[in-house]
Amino acid sequence: MRVMAQVAMVMNLDKCIGCHTCSVTCKQAWTNRSGVEYVWFNNVESRPGQGYPRTYQDQEKWQGGWVRTATGRLKPRAGGRVKKLFSIFANPKMPSMQDYYEPWTYDYEHLLTAPAGNDFPVARPKSLLTGQATKVTWSANWDDSLGGGNEVLAADPILQKVSDQVRQDYEKAFLFFLPRICEHCLNPSCAASCPSGAIYKRAEDGIVLVDQDRCRGWRMCVTGCPYKKIYFNHRTGKAEKCTFCFPRIEIGQPTICSETCVGRLRYIGLMLYDADKVAKAAAVKDEHDLYDAQRSVFLDPHDPAVARAALAAGIPEDWIDAAKRSPIWDLIMKYEVALPLHPEYRTMPMVWYIPPLSPVVDVLRDTGHDGEDPHNLFGAVDALRIPIDYLAELFTAGDPEPVRAVLNRLAAMRSYQRRINLGEKPDTSIPAAVGMTPEEMNDMFRLLAIAKYEQRYVIPAAHAEDAHRLEQLGTECSLEYDGGPGMYQTGPFGEASGTPVPVQVETFHMLRERQTSDGFTDAGDEPRRVNLLNWDGNGRPEGLFPPPRDPGAGGGATDGPGVIDEDRP
Amino acid sequence: MNTTDTLLWVVYPYLSIVVLIGGTIWRYRYDKFGWTTRSSQLYETTVLRWASPMFHFGVLFVLIGHIGGLLIPKSWTEAAGITEHAYHLMAVFVGTVAGLCTLIGMALLIARRRLTGPVFAATTKNDKAMYVVLAGVIVLGLWATVKANIAGGGYDYRETVSPWLRSLFYFQPDAQLMAAVPASFKIHVIAAFALFAFWPFTRLVHAFSAPLGYLTRPYVVYRYRDPRPGLRPTRPGWDRPAAPADRPRRTR
Repeated sequence: MRVMAQVAMVMNLDKCIGCHTCSVTCKQAWTNRSGVEYVWFNNVESRPGQGYPRTYQDQEKWQGGWVRTATGRLKPRAGGRVKKLFSIFANPKMPSMQDYYEPWTYDYEHLLTAPAGNDFPVARPKSLLTGQATKVTWSANWDDSLGGGNEVLAADPILQKVSDQVRQDYEKAFLFFLPRICEHCLNPSCAASCPSGAIYKRAEDGIVLVDQDRCRGWRMCVTGCPYKKIYFNHRTGKAEKCTFCFPRIEIGQPTICSETCVGRLRYIGLMLYDADKVAKAAAVKDEHDLYDAQRSVFLDPHDPAVARAALAAGIPEDWIDAAKRSPIWDLIMKYEVALPLHPEYRTMPMVWYIPPLSPVVDVLRDTGHDGEDPHNLFGAVDALRIPIDYLAELFTAGDPEPVRAVLNRLAAMRSYQRRINLGEKPDTSIPAAVGMTPEEMNDMFRLLAIAKYEQRYVIPAAHAEDAHRLEQLGTECSLEYDGGPGMYQTGPFGEASGTPVPVQVETFHMLRERQTSDGFTDAGDEPRRVNLLNWDGNGRPEGLFPPPRDPGAGGGATDGPGVIDEDRP
Repeated sequence: MNTTDTLLWVVYPYLSIVVLIGGTIWRYRYDKFGWTTRSSQLYETTVLRWASPMFHFGVLFVLIGHIGGLLIPKSWTEAAGITEHAYHLMAVFVGTVAGLCTLIGMALLIARRRLTGPVFAATTKNDKAMYVVLAGVIVLGLWATVKANIAGGGYDYRETVSPWLRSLFYFQPDAQLMAAVPASFKIHVIAAFALFAFWPFTRLVHAFSAPLGYLTRPYVVYRYRDPRPGLRPTRPGWDRPAAPADRPRRTR
């Protein structure tokens, strides 16, 4: 047993309203730069829909992930090491810009400079690749909320697999949202595809990162990742990917997408797993077994033997404690309501999903049944608006049974809690029908419905906290905005060459302290702060101006306008 | 041996090699982040799909040919039973095929670079200068070969250019050997050393990071965070905090 820790996420799809706040804050935090305009470390896809990049789930076409060979071993679907090296000069299976979209901006300048005329000036779209006028024909979320109708949806690779059962008639249409980040897989095929060895999995927390100094831009990772969550920065020529906001995770803060999630649908916590079992579990023969195989590599932190082995493996005590309190463990292993996204890619993804229950109650009520009666509910799970087969293609390699079990549990919880909510006697037969105790069902309800920040995000800080207090480097100068003095700050060898410019903006620790403490956070801050909101403008409150300078220091005028007479009361 | 000869065939090559080695070391230390292919495949695939492998495989064969022709002494191949005629035939045949592949691939790549909007927009001045030098060396080399073979039975550079080049490596440069070499070969050699000197300062450095280690490394790479706190090397003037001593650490 080789115990390793992994930071993992679960998203509760029933709560996602498709507001894209996670995408926007992620973009602002990580990819608000030239060269990565088209890059969305976090994106929210409408299902059914083509996804981003278009039809990325069609692995016959894009060749991502692993494939099991006849001998029962795994190799990247796009080919092994030798084939990779021979196709290094032109990657045969790389999505082009058209499969994402051509990034653009608008010619706002024209609005200000257009001569007077009869027509209102308009800001025309301009391509960010060529600078020429362009036509906007596709974007990261062009098919949001079933936009484009059947014409676009017909190309959904998942829908194509189940389409004979699923109709997209208007009155039968279904829709749910699928927020996606990098899966930070236990068996990452992007890392396996990287010829330079620049993509690595951090041994401490399992976060998969690209070493920007070692990446040589061979682009094999873009093909290797079946989720297409590695992007090629076309200005710097380097691969970039979701970082699980590691600077935040290291100090115990949730990722920015989780922090800003309006629906509070994301959960972050630790999972302990047995690294020795991963390769075997990822290579089980039947794709339907992959869900269970992945669950079998997780180690129960409550088991004293596991805790001892974890300590022996160098995992700190507080991490083991955090693993015990992990909401991820509860959702995946205890309540069994979270499912992996596309286990059939055999990468052992670590961002899991609670499938959406969809408006089942309304459907039942419309047909004249009591929508909250558990027996009607269980029967109706199969008649859900979102077809189980569709969910199964997403989460369990097409096996409907685990999905049905999850939806039954969610439906049962709903029915059970409704009675409690209405002051009726709890019906203990309901939890029993889905194999749970009333206590478990209540705990699951609390975790899914009312868990607070500290319960949703159980993140132990890394044990190098002090480093970030002292060192905060930005890779880009803050003056580097378009038209700014640092624009196109480049070394002599093209875009962004040279060493990064250190920028001391603000440490994450300071930010956290300011966000969470009630008093002044900066030692020595008190006398310098004044609440201007309740200052009536009269007099000079103490601390309105900075403290006097050392008179012995010399320099500067001591009298005249603008000089504060410190002796005045 | 006059001054010009010494300058051209002794001083200049050594200078060029010093710049190549020193420049590469300096670039690697200063600019690991800029050390990349800067691929433009994202912008355009159709032409690249054919032209890039054609050029790269062509140029790799050209490289092998040069190693065989320049670094391996004629006496060795003759000892192995390969006559000058057989060697020449093989060199001309393989060389022409590889050279043509390189030339066509390069022409397609340059045309693509000029004609595809996004690719052209992403081309730096440095790239343009590099293309001129690189294309110059390739064209001059092909021209020298073609000229020598059309004019007569070819030119046996293994009697002159090769020993001269090797003499550079064991630090007994013999400029005399280059005196009687046809002008076309001389120009090719001069251009090649200009390319070597320019090499570390262009995107061509990606050739030095050919990922051969991939063949032997395990698929998934694990890395521990630096045992020293912080993820990046210290900048001048930044003090390191002491690492927490109580943290148990696995050995790497």
